[in-house]
Amino acid sequence: MLKRLREIEEPVSFTFDGVQMQAQRGEMLATALLAAGIGHVRRSVVSGAPRAPYCLMGVCFECLVTVDGLQNRQACLLEVEEGMVVESQRGAPDVLAHFRDEKRQQP
Amino acid sequence: MTVRFVTAADDLRPAYDLVIVGAGPAGMAAATEASRTGARVAVLDENPRPGGQIYREITRNQPGARQYLGADYWKGKALGNAFAESNADYAARATVWSIEPADEPRDGERHRVGVTIAGAARMIEAAAVILATGAQERPMPVPGWTLPGVLTAGAAQIALKSSGVVPAAPIVLAGCGPLLYLLASQLIDAGARDMTLLDTSRPVLRWESLRRLPGFLFSPYLRKGLGLLLRTRRRIRVVTGVRSLEILGEDRAEGVRFATARGTSTINASTVLLHQGVIPAINLASAAGCPLAWNAAQRAFQPVTDAEGRTPKRGVLIAGDSAGIGGAQAAEIAGRIVAVAALSDRGLVARDVSAALINRLQRQRQRYFRGRGFLDALYAPRHIFLAPPDAQTIVCRCEEITAGKLREAISLGPPGPNQLKTFVRCGMGPCQGRLCAATVTEIMAAERGTSPADIGTYRLRAPVKPVRLAELAGLPHAPRALKAVTGRDPVDHHLNETELPS
Repeated sequence: MLKRLREIEEPVSFTFDGVQMQAQRGEMLATALLAAGIGHVRRSVVSGAPRAPYCLMGVCFECLVTVDGLQNRQACLLEVEEGMVVESQRGAPDVLAHFRDEKRQQP
Repeated sequence: MTVRFVTAADDLRPAYDLVIVGAGPAGMAAATEASRTGARVAVLDENPRPGGQIYREITRNQPGARQYLGADYWKGKALGNAFAESNADYAARATVWSIEPADEPRDGERHRVGVTIAGAARMIEAAAVILATGAQERPMPVPGWTLPGVLTAGAAQIALKSSGVVPAAPIVLAGCGPLLYLLASQLIDAGARDMTLLDTSRPVLRWESLRRLPGFLFSPYLRKGLGLLLRTRRRIRVVTGVRSLEILGEDRAEGVRFATARGTSTINASTVLLHQGVIPAINLASAAGCPLAWNAAQRAFQPVTDAEGRTPKRGVLIAGDSAGIGGAQAAEIAGRIVAVAALSDRGLVARDVSAALINRLQRQRQRYFRGRGFLDALYAPRHIFLAPPDAQTIVCRCEEITAGKLREAISLGPPGPNQLKTFVRCGMGPCQGRLCAATVTEIMAAERGTSPADIGTYRLRAPVKPVRLAELAGLPHAPRALKAVTGRDPVDHHLNETELPS
């Protein structure tokens, strides 16, 4: 979706859904994902439609991703850091799943 | 002096004379001006480095490497340097989510600013607060605008300034306003290829724009604007008179269908960049209780301020584009004016000194107001792009509420956008109405046959940005707050806790 005009000079490595990627040091995560050719970073919590960063300035909340286990981080306001583990968000989280599992485990 | 970098919430002082929200042109200028007086100043900004959107990465970019950003961008360099040499406390990566009156006013009214830095929340006190939150792009709801591959023109410009990346070709820029042509020109200079600009502006020869032309002839924007138009038109394909747009694709943008007086055409696109002007970012001001007013010329709500940025809320002032769109250079001067006004109101600058200074600055600023009226009228968006006629078009991106569903709910008679919100959940997603408020007002005004001024906009409340419960729970709590939750006197509560069996 975005194309680099120059090679990355100071690379920083991170993973997105388990795939190793590189960004320029100090680069914002949303921009890095788009420049790495990621099509969408999440699925809408309503219809499940694919969504990608839209405004890159903290306004639209389309770039919400899970970063190092923390949900709903705005990727456009977050710099890529070495070893960052980034995951896409697939629709609405199933908040009751934990309780269902607990119930099932009860005799 | 140099700014003191604050990287943790605990490193902020508990109280400041002046807290400035935003480090764009208005915020940086306000901080520079205020710190000259010896006032204790804090600047809280969401991004990792100062500059705002217009001067994004101005402290890191060097003219040699990214020449294509243009002369106006490099004007921010001097301001960025002055800010770096000010004695303000500067917290980058800081999200401000509330402004409220302090519990116990000491010397007059004080304000409490809720801010999160590096995952920790903090409340700091301020005698005065300057909101310099800037602008956002006016939403442009067209069919397909939620598809991956569609970005705002501002987003493409931000990516260019901060990372030197360009959109994948073929690129379609669509909409109206000076930024669209500026971006096209920057992208070409940077090396982007295969670009089409679909200009949705209305015809130039209209009374509303022509009657404002004399002012524009003396405006600093004239030469720059014409030069930009001609240069862009020579180098890329520009289609004018575009009166409808649809972005095509299943899981990503693949093309754009558009109509002009000559008929309908379809072109391929990998990236679509939408833009129809900018509007003030009002969420924080509105949640702080600042009244809003409709600006008919700019077709947007803006906080009510006097010429020196004071809102009717004592001690809350607004500078730059967040008080009404005027551009970066006007915002810089506004930052200085508003800082002097805020400090003089608090007795930190002598009245006669501040009056003379403000007077001089206001004369300087006048130059940038010249010609604004013409630009506003010239680039007034077509109504079809303000209130999408197609029922399937999504208006609220977060909750996926379509124009059709909104019109249906409006026909049931809710008095305004706030009630409409409870009917259909528009504006209740994470963006808190930033991407649908303008459209909801326009659709409701059209359906009711009245002005957006009569319709109003969402009532906003803190937190204006999502805050984690853990952050709120981690804040120190006043005794009465603890009692409200636990039902017990805080002393008892504390004792009980220590008495818990281990």
